[in-house]
Amino acid sequence: MTIPNSYRSGPDERGHFGVYGGRFVAETLMPLILDVEKAYREARADPAFEGEMRQQLKQYVGRPNPLYYAERLTQHLGGAKIYFKREELNHTGAHKINNCIGQILLARRMGKTRIIAETGAGQHGVATATVCALYDMPCVIYMGETDIARQAPNVFRMKLLGAEVRAVTSGAKTLKDAMNEALRDWVTNVADTFYIIGTAAGPHPYPTIVRDFQSIIGDEVRSQMQELEGRLPDSLIACVGGGSNAIGLFHPFLDEPTVKMVGVEAAGRGIDKGPLDHAASINGGRPGVLHGNRTYLLQDEDGQILEGHSISAGLDYPGVGPEHSWLHDSGRVEYSAATDAEALEAFQLCARTEGIIPALESAHGLAEVIKRAPTLPKDHLMVLCLSGRGDKDIFSVAQHLGVSL
Amino acid sequence: MSADLSADPISDGRIARRFASLKAEGRAGLITFITAGDPDAATGQALLDGLPAAGADLIELGMPFTDPMADGPAIQASSLRALAGGMSVRRTLELVRGFRTKDADTPIILMGYYNPIDSYGVDRFLADAKAAGVDGLIVVDLPPEEDDELCIPALKAGVSFVRLTTPTTDDQRLPAVLTNNSGFIYYVSIAGITGTASAANTAVDAAVARLKRHTALPVAVGFGIKTPAQAAEVARVADAAVVGSAIVTRLADGLDAGGKVRPGTVEDVLGFVRELAGGVRGARG
Repeated sequence: MTIPNSYRSGPDERGHFGVYGGRFVAETLMPLILDVEKAYREARADPAFEGEMRQQLKQYVGRPNPLYYAERLTQHLGGAKIYFKREELNHTGAHKINNCIGQILLARRMGKTRIIAETGAGQHGVATATVCALYDMPCVIYMGETDIARQAPNVFRMKLLGAEVRAVTSGAKTLKDAMNEALRDWVTNVADTFYIIGTAAGPHPYPTIVRDFQSIIGDEVRSQMQELEGRLPDSLIACVGGGSNAIGLFHPFLDEPTVKMVGVEAAGRGIDKGPLDHAASINGGRPGVLHGNRTYLLQDEDGQILEGHSISAGLDYPGVGPEHSWLHDSGRVEYSAATDAEALEAFQLCARTEGIIPALESAHGLAEVIKRAPTLPKDHLMVLCLSGRGDKDIFSVAQHLGVSL
Repeated sequence: MSADLSADPISDGRIARRFASLKAEGRAGLITFITAGDPDAATGQALLDGLPAAGADLIELGMPFTDPMADGPAIQASSLRALAGGMSVRRTLELVRGFRTKDADTPIILMGYYNPIDSYGVDRFLADAKAAGVDGLIVVDLPPEEDDELCIPALKAGVSFVRLTTPTTDDQRLPAVLTNNSGFIYYVSIAGITGTASAANTAVDAAVARLKRHTALPVAVGFGIKTPAQAAEVARVADAAVVGSAIVTRLADGLDAGGKVRPGTVEDVLGFVRELAGGVRGARG
């Protein structure tokens, strides 16, 4: 067995992280995918690109956001010292904007004049609509009809920001179908359109682009922890749907052997309940090819894609970013899962002990914190990526708690 | 350009023989697409078996997939109907086997997406497909960059791998797309999904002429051909015209509210294929 001398050198030139990743797209898109790759490489080498991005992340997004010591939660759990990386304080309320700023600058650099995106919970859709308003570009957001119903506030936000929200009625009408529809749009409007993919998945180079733009999360944690505690954190925890906030937090630490990392998938009603009761691609799926990359997928024995279930619309994607699949197989990152009930409980605990209403997605990560922190010593430094705020979720949480608003 | 770019790695199969006989007849071929087992296996078998007599020269048989990213609403819906009817990779191959007991000559090209094949296992799939009487594969989400996955193993197993070329395939990229392509070249005449817009005839003429400068393989043109007249237009310049969504839509029109096939639907669909074949056969007359 070959042990890589770095976990941070991937992907290879064909976009592979081990056996995962790749470019499984229709021929119509291939020339454009190659263009995106070239433009991205050039942009990263251009100090002007980097400069504009940093400026926007500071002035517009509000970075750096705090690495916050969650003292009451720490006392409540009675173990590890818990920090929250406050991505929910970013403009638009989640980590998604980090990537959108980077990608729209790339789109402009490529001379594209129209933006499309898919969204599940609506956070990526809102972030995309926001940067399109900022840069005055027409924007079409694809969103499953089912998700539109359960994320009404975000739908309205996108419309206020000037985006056109197109309801996707094919398939199961959720995130995967929104991504199919966005790909269909892209194939049709390949000349003028840039597709801002929201998670660290899709055809190469997207998983790399999204990871790089989200790595600011981990980079900031590293220097903030150094400032606060004078050392590296001991463990990092983040929720994983496609896995963009997790890879952003983890990547800068992958080569630090003392830093333990846990990605938390959505176990829905329970992974053992059945293939349609969860959205845990790594824990409850197997490798396959979808949406441009090889990765762990929820699929039946015939290779047909299954619809995941999660209380969180942002986690019920039937795949996961290819780098996570590789980090799982190589054993560098542990992937666990939290159920709907555990996430709901964590959601409420966070609100009461810290005065922070987290996104249901982030509450899955918090559920893992609740399980682990009490078993660890008080000098164990644990960081949770609080990837988004929960305002968008209050209606569906109320419904689950049997409260009518 | 090297000579092997234009050579067909599988020169003795049904596909090559069929295009040779079309050339001898001095006409273009009609390639019909249906989704395997839409909406049920029995209907799928009846349709498949009836296609050659209705005038299909080659058959593209869609392997249903839950997430057909390059297909428009008609073929997406047909895929989901077939899956709801219990279709699978194994049953798709059974349909081909059934067809081969009645027809030894009409080429069958399976068209679909990679995941069901990957899940079935590439080597096992190729062996079973070859044994069932499959002649070629079109796998939408496998560009030349991923040739190691299925294309190279398919050619080794004696199964043609037919590539899609598109309006976005520029001269720089074309040689890579033509390498390892076998059977024929499938020119997708629009940048888009199946069953939507139709390309301007002049654009198709130019595209076919350009491809012919790069390859000796037959060129089939598809995406957006809906009527016998449009099929005839394409058949004037290409070696074959591909019709899919229009046939699938005709079938969908023959289903009742519960998705069951109404009496006479198979005959109606085959009648439409006969009209398309009439257009193609009369194109150069």
